[in-house]
Amino acid sequence: MAKKNMIAMILAGGQGSRLSPMTKVMCKPAVSFGGKYRIIDFALSNCSNSGIDTVGILTQFKPQALNSHIGIGSPWDLDRVHGGVAMLPPYMSEQGGDWYKGTANAVYQNLSFCDQYDPKYILILSGDHIYKMDYRKMLSRHIDSGADATIAVMQVPLEEASRFGIMNTDDEDVVVEFEEKPKHPKSTLASMGIYIFTYQKLREYLVKDAEDPNSNYDFGKNIIPAMLANNERLVAYRFEGYWKDVGTISSYWEANMDLLSVDNEVKLFDTSWKLYTDVAVRPSQYIGCEAKIENSIITEGCVVEGEVTNSILFPGCVVAKNARIVDSIIMEGTVIEDNVIVNKSIILENCVVKANNVIGNGDDIAVIEANSVVEPNYSGVN
Amino acid sequence: MIKDYMAIFNLAENETDIRSLTTNRSIASVPIASRFRVVDFMLSNVVNAGITNVGVFSKSNSRSLVDHIGDGKPWDLSRKNDGLFLFNHGIMEMINYDSKILKNNMEYLYRSKSENVILTSSYMICNMDLSEAVKAHEASGCDVTVVYTESNNAHVDFQNCYTICVDEETNRVTGRGKNLGFDEKANVCMEIFLMKKSLLINLIYKNARVQSARSFYSALFDEFNNGSITMNAYKFGGYVSCINSISAYYRANMDMLKMEVSTELFRSQRPVYTKIKDEPPTIYVKGCQVSNSLIADGCIIKGTVKNSVIGRFVEVEEGAVVENCIILQNIKIKANAKLHNVIVDKNVTISENTELRGNENFPLVIEKKNLL
Repeated sequence: MAKKNMIAMILAGGQGSRLSPMTKVMCKPAVSFGGKYRIIDFALSNCSNSGIDTVGILTQFKPQALNSHIGIGSPWDLDRVHGGVAMLPPYMSEQGGDWYKGTANAVYQNLSFCDQYDPKYILILSGDHIYKMDYRKMLSRHIDSGADATIAVMQVPLEEASRFGIMNTDDEDVVVEFEEKPKHPKSTLASMGIYIFTYQKLREYLVKDAEDPNSNYDFGKNIIPAMLANNERLVAYRFEGYWKDVGTISSYWEANMDLLSVDNEVKLFDTSWKLYTDVAVRPSQYIGCEAKIENSIITEGCVVEGEVTNSILFPGCVVAKNARIVDSIIMEGTVIEDNVIVNKSIILENCVVKANNVIGNGDDIAVIEANSVVEPNYSGVN
Repeated sequence: MIKDYMAIFNLAENETDIRSLTTNRSIASVPIASRFRVVDFMLSNVVNAGITNVGVFSKSNSRSLVDHIGDGKPWDLSRKNDGLFLFNHGIMEMINYDSKILKNNMEYLYRSKSENVILTSSYMICNMDLSEAVKAHEASGCDVTVVYTESNNAHVDFQNCYTICVDEETNRVTGRGKNLGFDEKANVCMEIFLMKKSLLINLIYKNARVQSARSFYSALFDEFNNGSITMNAYKFGGYVSCINSISAYYRANMDMLKMEVSTELFRSQRPVYTKIKDEPPTIYVKGCQVSNSLIADGCIIKGTVKNSVIGRFVEVEEGAVVENCIILQNIKIKANAKLHNVIVDKNVTISENTELRGNENFPLVIEKKNLL
């Protein structure tokens, strides 16, 4: 097998329970986002645009939707003769088998996958982050600084710092201390959960970690602290730009709303760094004679006859006459009938909201589960 | 699903009246309906009927077509067994007669395993269940079945198309003609022919021996006229438009704004496939006004768009007005430009405060910007 300079492993086993009911039938990386994408498209497109042609996707929780989305990886140009994309669920062997016990353990269990490419470097990514990033720049930093591990970091507000893994660095951005969710953070450099390791170095630590019965088998909790304790060279790579971990319904809603300007921070409309996805071909969107659209994102296959303000419509949605959609996210194939008001809501895939209905009170975010038929006086709002 | 049929696209279509859109491309690859190309419709019809062996025989100007069709993957035609076969000619060899193009690629016909052929052009825009035509063909016992549409507005909609005379009791073809625009009513030939592959091969050889510089259509009807073959007619009752002139192109695009047309074409059990371009969604900025328009993904709409068909990656700036227009891909319409009844071909920037006006019957065409 051809030797690879760097391969990527994407952690995509996350359950995302705080995103329920979106994650009721799929894992978090497969959740729809931004009009026509799924969350994992960001990491995958970043890989593709950064010239990484070998990507392992570590799956565990409800992977079906993710599996069919990824397929053989052609939308991301990852259907390759050498390398390409591989779905890596837990498996059985002669010695038995085990679920992935943590992020580090997931990669450990697939060392044989990594070994076959004999990579010099390995990029560890999370499948549930929203950001555009050129990993080549991070790799240059890793190589130039002679690091064993490079951790992408970004500045966060001090009051939020205790939600993150915080890096304390010296004046050359070499990490001297790492604190996971500290009560009293000493710095505001937060780890983004994106790591580049020199592969053989990581391999040693993963093997050691797997032998420790008391470990959490986690990159942030175990591998990074162990490397620090052994005086390995850990370097911070400062990323400036938009990055979001959409952990909750409200942060999911906010991250979507962040897209509603031409020069949004995500740079959704910047086609020099394209986002790729697997999407069914549909006709162009049709905007009707009496439609009113303001500050909204709409995608192919939609038919809009009503009013849409500050909202995102996924492919194939229908908004009937006299319907009003405000501050909402309407997912693929959902039909909003006549005379309906949808306010600050997330309506999941393939729902029908029957005529003369009101969804959402404009305060809390209302969520309607996929495939619901919403009659007036519907009680299934989450 | 139909078995034992292959499809051959004969793209020797008459481009005389649609020149300004075909200087750089064939009719088959002219962008239409905001995000599709002309050939997508017939190609999808063929694929949706279960045909997996498709040969596309193009004329020389095929860079754009080759770029669009590629290996046929968007139509599920990138296959080990059968799939898509693209035949085209270099600039050196100016071939304008389909009979010769077909003859030059006989090996493909011999090698294909299918016993029957659907021979079609690309420029008839419709969503047709071809398996119904196959059923009618096989039930008729005729050598050839011709698909036609009955038009009550033929003098406008189907000028210069071939017509056929049909015996209404037997559905047999009794004669042929050309629609020169005198008659309102006509049975317009949709240039879709069903026949045995062996018959097609015979016709090609016979024609080559006589004179190869003429159209296959003439050769076929010569055979019919001298009584060598029988011909059945199959009437297609759905929406059809023929993209053989600028005004027909303009009307067909405008037809897509009618709900009944777009529902029939795009929202049936038979989807229309096209090449994926990975454009972001379209954003409608505060202050924009959009009504009765078909808009592709990848657009940024800040101005006014009315009764128009807008392609991918189009930006309409503040104060710009686009009305009754067809805007193809990758176009910037700068602030306060006013466009009425204009067709703008790819890669053009309309500068600020420009006013352009065509009219409904004679839309103004702004040609594609050559990247030289």
